[in-house]
Amino acid sequence: MIFFYKLRIIQLEIDAEIGEAVLEKKRDFTLAGVRSQRIKEFLIERFFFVNGLLATLILLGIFSLLFAKGYPALRELGWKSFLFSAHWNPTSYEIPRYGILSLINSTLMVTLGALAFAVPLGVACAAFISEAAPPRIREILKPAVEVLAAIPSVVIGFLGIVLVNPVISTVFGISHGLNALNGSILLAVMALPTIISLSEDALKAVPKTYKEASYALGANRWQTIVRVSIPSALSGIIASIMLGMGRAIGETMTVLMATGNARALTFNFLDPIQTMTATIAIELGEVPYNTTHYYALFIIGFVLFLMTFLVNLVSDIILQKYQEVDR
Amino acid sequence: MKKKISEQLGFLVLTFSGIFVILILGVILFDVISKGIGVISWEFLTHPPREGMTKGGIFPALLGTFLVSVITVLFAVPLGMFAAIYLHEYARAGKLTRLIRLSIRNLSGVPSIVYGLFGVVIFVQTLNFGTSILSAGLTLGLLTLPWTVTACEEALKTVPKSYREGALALGATKWHSIRTNVLPYAIPGMLTGVILGLARAAGETAPILFTGAAFFLPHLPKSIFDQFMALPYHLYILATQHHAIDQVRPIAYGTALVLLALVFTLSLTAILVRYQYRKKMKG
Amino acid sequence: MSNPLKIQVRHLNFFYGEIQALKDINLEIRANHVTALIGPSGCGKTTFLRCLNRLNDIVEGARMEGEILLDGTNICGDNIDPVQVRRNVGMVFQKSNPFPKTIFDNVAYGLRINGNYSRRKIEEMVEKSLRDAALWDEVADRLQDSAMELSGGQQQRLCIARALAVKPEVLLMDEPASALDPIATQKIEELIRELKTKYTIVIVTHNMQQAARVSDYTAFFYLGELIEVDRTEKIFTHPGLKRTEDYITGRFG
Repeated sequence: MIFFYKLRIIQLEIDAEIGEAVLEKKRDFTLAGVRSQRIKEFLIERFFFVNGLLATLILLGIFSLLFAKGYPALRELGWKSFLFSAHWNPTSYEIPRYGILSLINSTLMVTLGALAFAVPLGVACAAFISEAAPPRIREILKPAVEVLAAIPSVVIGFLGIVLVNPVISTVFGISHGLNALNGSILLAVMALPTIISLSEDALKAVPKTYKEASYALGANRWQTIVRVSIPSALSGIIASIMLGMGRAIGETMTVLMATGNARALTFNFLDPIQTMTATIAIELGEVPYNTTHYYALFIIGFVLFLMTFLVNLVSDIILQKYQEVDR
Repeated sequence: MKKKISEQLGFLVLTFSGIFVILILGVILFDVISKGIGVISWEFLTHPPREGMTKGGIFPALLGTFLVSVITVLFAVPLGMFAAIYLHEYARAGKLTRLIRLSIRNLSGVPSIVYGLFGVVIFVQTLNFGTSILSAGLTLGLLTLPWTVTACEEALKTVPKSYREGALALGATKWHSIRTNVLPYAIPGMLTGVILGLARAAGETAPILFTGAAFFLPHLPKSIFDQFMALPYHLYILATQHHAIDQVRPIAYGTALVLLALVFTLSLTAILVRYQYRKKMKG
Repeated sequence: MSNPLKIQVRHLNFFYGEIQALKDINLEIRANHVTALIGPSGCGKTTFLRCLNRLNDIVEGARMEGEILLDGTNICGDNIDPVQVRRNVGMVFQKSNPFPKTIFDNVAYGLRINGNYSRRKIEEMVEKSLRDAALWDEVADRLQDSAMELSGGQQQRLCIARALAVKPEVLLMDEPASALDPIATQKIEELIRELKTKYTIVIVTHNMQQAARVSDYTAFFYLGELIEVDRTEKIFTHPGLKRTEDYITGRFG
């Protein structure tokens, strides 16, 4: 018992000493006094900095790797044979052809087709949510859009085969409905959530005073939406459309499953087509590594990357501009 | 009077678009659920496919998706979290920070198939991981990285500035204030973002096509260097590549339903975590 | 406490990017006295306060020129570690900012950073700090409750206790009672009067009566400049300058 008591006294004394020591040390404000701590802080900051750089490094990595892997094919075949030919037939027994024009055309067809559906529907739906919907419907609609965004592309593609396919073939009286139109419809469904939620954000950001000024001039709610809200939110809406477009260009599974995968150059939405993404998806699994055909697929990847990069960059610039104006 | 009619017509169009969007979702959910529910059973979830995938279950695909997701999380979460800490706590405004943010936004727009190409070259070939759970998980990890960074940064934003200043004013170093007075309160928010990212990654097919997913495997994977079956890839196979497509259609629907359920369960979990966390922060 | 001048500020200029927020401030702050900083919003008084513990260092684009001597040592140089300065110059914020931890952990936070105190020593110092902040009687039996459950006035006194626990020499207070009701405000003011026997206190306040009640010296800031500083009763009865008089009599600001 006494032993413990003594221990306690010793402990208290030690505590007091440590306390004093710390308080005395505090008087030195210079960096020299806390060198090890400063070094530790510095190293920690560097560590996080390196991690922060990672995104930039990966983006550069993807860019240079696609180019490096595609370059052998470019050197061998020349870039003209890629860009100015519509014949993609790398496995031909006679002359393998690597023209990606028809693939680019297919990608653009389904993308524009998708936007033709998704833009009017998406913007109208966004306007409905932000300007017109009764609160109860809004509370159903907003999560519905989120759920729609969460559906995996392979499920959408599957539904393209089992649902959209028979409808198209019946309506247009063709043997099957796996074509550019089908792909457009599915991509529209996939681009919708992006367009709706970002357009809605843009519409919500329109200052109330604009609308009030419009009402004060005798405009009704509809005129205010069409002539004030939507024009004021236009840059945000355009940015949302660009982002939706980027998604559509890069989407793989849905178009792979639902567009029929025929390589011919066509402008008819009822023809089957094969997009750039679908070409990579179909052929990369079958080609031997490090052959001309393999490298050529990276050229497609490179062009695809550039296209989405540009689209995203433009939307980014628009968004940035409009946030600045906002401030 | 004309004004009035145009207004009513306009609102009718808006209402119709809103309803149409709900309808799209309704049709998708109704179709998958009504046609998929019939094949769902305990056996379907716990047994491997039999007789050329025309019978049996989807257990290997479920397991594969789970294993790949684990790799994805282990890879993307620390990196994403650290990058977010840098961006939100350390980075000063300037060209470099702008460049990093631009990179993150652009990375999230890179097509998933391009990540697949990247994964093939880096993980499968260069690092020689082969077509495996590891390669696929890392590829999906890269894909989710930009979302993870963004989600973690959003979570850091919700921690009030006063927590940081309060700690600094007591003589804490910057890292100490972050570690003890910022991160603990940001973790639940980060978790929400991570789970949402995972939900999206679990449904991705294109990046795993060439990095490790297999058409059919008679055995379960034994290590992370083995190939695997994955739920979304399985659905793709059943829907387009199978020799008896009509015969396996019910199984395809069942697989689609399980995939949807998995994705929605994850999203719902994330929303619940967020809800609990908000309640706690208020209380 | 031999040096009656605890802090000497000489030719202090402060910039947020291109904007100069403080212009050539010269001010002496006496040990064991309360110095109040008054002036209209945006006059730089809070910025000045945050210079004294180098908290503006974390503001992006902030730049400081001049000297701040704490007991004769300049704390402004590049060779000075702001973390060490802050361990000697404590701060209480305008909006009480308890951490979402227990009451005990809030007060112990600074102790756990500053030294390897034993558990018992920490308990002892937490109690002492809470007593010094006149909060002990109200929270003694619920130290493990969340600090967020305290009332606004209690939260602010907890923040004072938290600052006192690390034994600073100077205590900076940024409108500590601006969000509180009159009774809680009164408690804080009593506390300030008690604390000045042990600490040097600098308080920013919007409330003229409060400055008159608690402070020994008052400094009047206007548009980033220090207009006048003197004993509080002199400032409030015979201000030397017309602008000071206009402000304290409520003719502007």
